[in-house]
Amino acid sequence: MVDVKRIQEGKYDLITIVGEVDASSSIELDNAIAEAIKSGNKAFLVDCTSLEYISSAGLGVFMSYIEDFKKNDIHIVLFGMNEKVRNVFEILGLDQLLTIRGEKEEAKSAL
Amino acid sequence: MVSLFSFCKHIIYYLHGDLKMISRKAIIRLSTLLAILSWVSLVFTDLSIVFSSTSNVAPSVGANIPPVLLSLFIISIFVYYKYRIEKAESINFVDLLWKVFVSGLVATIVSLLFRLLLNLLGNTKLAENVIFLDFIYLINLGLVIGFLVSTFIVWKRLILYQKSKFLMATWKIFEYGLFLSLLYNLIDLPAFSWFEDVYKGILVLIGVVLSANMKWVAFLNFKQKWKGILLIALAMFYLGYFTFTLTGFAVDISEVTTSFQDFRDSVFLIAIMSFIFVYSLFSLLVILFNLPTSSVFEQKLEEVVNFQRLSQSIQTEQSEDRVYDILLESSISTVLADAAWIEEIAEDGKSIFHTHNIKEDEIKRIKAHFVANDVKGILDKGSDRTKNLGKHLATLKGTHFRSMMAFPIYVKGKQEATLALLKDVSDGFNKENAKIIDTFTNQAGISVENFRLLSEALQNERYKEELKIAKNVQSSLLPKELDQNKDFNLVAFSEAADEVGGDYYDTLKIDEHQTAIIISDVSGKGTSAAFHMSQMKGVFHSLAQVGMDPKTFLTMANNALSKCLDKASFITTSYFVINTKKKVVDFARAGHCPTLYYDSKLKEWQFFQNKGLGLGILRNSGFENYIQLNSFTYNPDDIIVLYTDGITEAKNSKGDEYGYDRMLDVVSKMADKEALGIQDALINDLYKFTGTPVIDDDYTTLIIKFK
Repeated sequence: MVDVKRIQEGKYDLITIVGEVDASSSIELDNAIAEAIKSGNKAFLVDCTSLEYISSAGLGVFMSYIEDFKKNDIHIVLFGMNEKVRNVFEILGLDQLLTIRGEKEEAKSAL
Repeated sequence: MVSLFSFCKHIIYYLHGDLKMISRKAIIRLSTLLAILSWVSLVFTDLSIVFSSTSNVAPSVGANIPPVLLSLFIISIFVYYKYRIEKAESINFVDLLWKVFVSGLVATIVSLLFRLLLNLLGNTKLAENVIFLDFIYLINLGLVIGFLVSTFIVWKRLILYQKSKFLMATWKIFEYGLFLSLLYNLIDLPAFSWFEDVYKGILVLIGVVLSANMKWVAFLNFKQKWKGILLIALAMFYLGYFTFTLTGFAVDISEVTTSFQDFRDSVFLIAIMSFIFVYSLFSLLVILFNLPTSSVFEQKLEEVVNFQRLSQSIQTEQSEDRVYDILLESSISTVLADAAWIEEIAEDGKSIFHTHNIKEDEIKRIKAHFVANDVKGILDKGSDRTKNLGKHLATLKGTHFRSMMAFPIYVKGKQEATLALLKDVSDGFNKENAKIIDTFTNQAGISVENFRLLSEALQNERYKEELKIAKNVQSSLLPKELDQNKDFNLVAFSEAADEVGGDYYDTLKIDEHQTAIIISDVSGKGTSAAFHMSQMKGVFHSLAQVGMDPKTFLTMANNALSKCLDKASFITTSYFVINTKKKVVDFARAGHCPTLYYDSKLKEWQFFQNKGLGLGILRNSGFENYIQLNSFTYNPDDIIVLYTDGITEAKNSKGDEYGYDRMLDVVSKMADKEALGIQDALINDLYKFTGTPVIDDDYTTLIIKFK
């Protein structure tokens, strides 16, 4: 189960992912990101502090939007991942395509 | 006499239907012939007796012959009608009564023709001749016996409709009693004349008792009842007419002579006449009294039939719409509504209407009217649905309906549709109506629910079948044999999860010195994963044989797969080319789990930390920038352990992951073992850790030990 929330915080939108993203809950994540892109905002922070697990389907969601982010000139920074989740991103190589930071402040300045 | 006796024996056989060798047609023909023969001889013998008695000439035939012939005639007629009417397939009561009417009509017309002839003759000598009178009397007697017997057989079928054991027994006694009376007619025993009256009385009494069986009347509809009354009344009229005519002749003839066949002496004829009369009278009265209530019975029958149709609709119908259509039809015909509609409430607010005699805009007007007048509780379960609705309709202009009932249709506790029934008259529905329609709507709800369950079950079955195919495809894609080499030993293990995953490994001998090895994990599960896995296999077998370096291989594989993978799918891969001539391994990683390597010289285990990006993640030319080409020189006893994330992410009941450390722990203790030993140790430890044979994601390992 996963809970995805998006709130506006100054210049950027903050997306918080809480829980586990597996094959079934990845649909929710997908919808949230699709909505975020539709909103027209160009800057997003993704809070992964409470993201406990992400499966390949969840990674697939992030991956599928990389092109869209580029095309629409959207800046998105992920932060606060635990070691396990970060490892999963790194093994797949997504850390090379997405901006991933440790703390929120770091993430803000990376925007 | 002997021949008569044997004939009677045969007749008894026929009555019991034991002689099946003779066909029904043959029996009918035979009995017709016998009837004609016996009647003609009866006429001759009786006339000659009458003649001899009136002209004082010694009779040439014995006085006991005519009664025998009469009995024979009756039995023949009996057999004839038994096979004509009783064995007929049709059980339509009106048809049976029609047969009685027709045989009576024919007999009456013939009889009337002779009466006309007699009237034309007036007071001529011939008209007063007793022999001529006896002749006409005998013709009438033959006709009346035909009519009586046919009616008797019809009455039998009517009485025995929905018979009980007791009724059957009583009827048999009655029939045998009548038959015995025919035999009794043959013997003239004046000493027992009182017995004759008692016998007659008993038969008449049984006839009256039997006449109480009128179950068939209830099954006639209103129209059929009217027809029945008419036909039975006519049959009674015939009976009266014949009794009157025969009595007239008998009185006239008995003034001259007593030695003719007086029907008044026959126990059989009196008993059967009284029986037919009593039963006709009874049924006439019963039908007459049943007339006003027949519509109720018809309606009940309709309800039962409709209910059955509704419950059967689940097995036979193709769609939910059809169930609603049947509900609509059944409800209308059951409560005789003037109009009706069913509104299927769709989730998007657009309802589907099934209507009868009403247009959608009128429905909307009525609904709007109810909303405007704040009429609530119509569609609640348990409320009295016949109350007050008519009053509200009365205030709505532009509709001629004055009463209305509405019922919700629940499927799994959720209201899915509404049934509304309308009548032109006010107070057109009663509580009985509401109750029956309530059961109808409940049944319709169940039918729809069952229908959905059935479709779901079918869908599940289809899905399972699909999974089975996917699993077969997946396992058939894995190699049966791996390419071994004098320089290394290679073992692989793969266990697919129930929900088909997409793990793939393979080897290919490029040339004498080079062998390509691949391990892949397709994202996602199910049929699509199996599909992508087969694409990966295609890519591997077409590119690897060219002998390109691992980085080029992965770049070209990415190009090829980018065009066929769906948007959110990717494939992680590690690709190795072992060159046994140079003792070098070239490798590259595309997002796959880091390779575990044992350096036998340093006696050190390590996970290769080379960069990489999963295939299909970046679907343009930039991909190669994210791939590293690595290589190392191998020595004997070096080990490469390849695996998929199904192993490192396998969880135990507490939710802990197996992880890299546990894997390294087990494998590192086995460095001096052969590849197979290492594999067994790893897999055993993995299953021990999870504690269950059920796996969430495929377990795949490929272990290479150099020699």
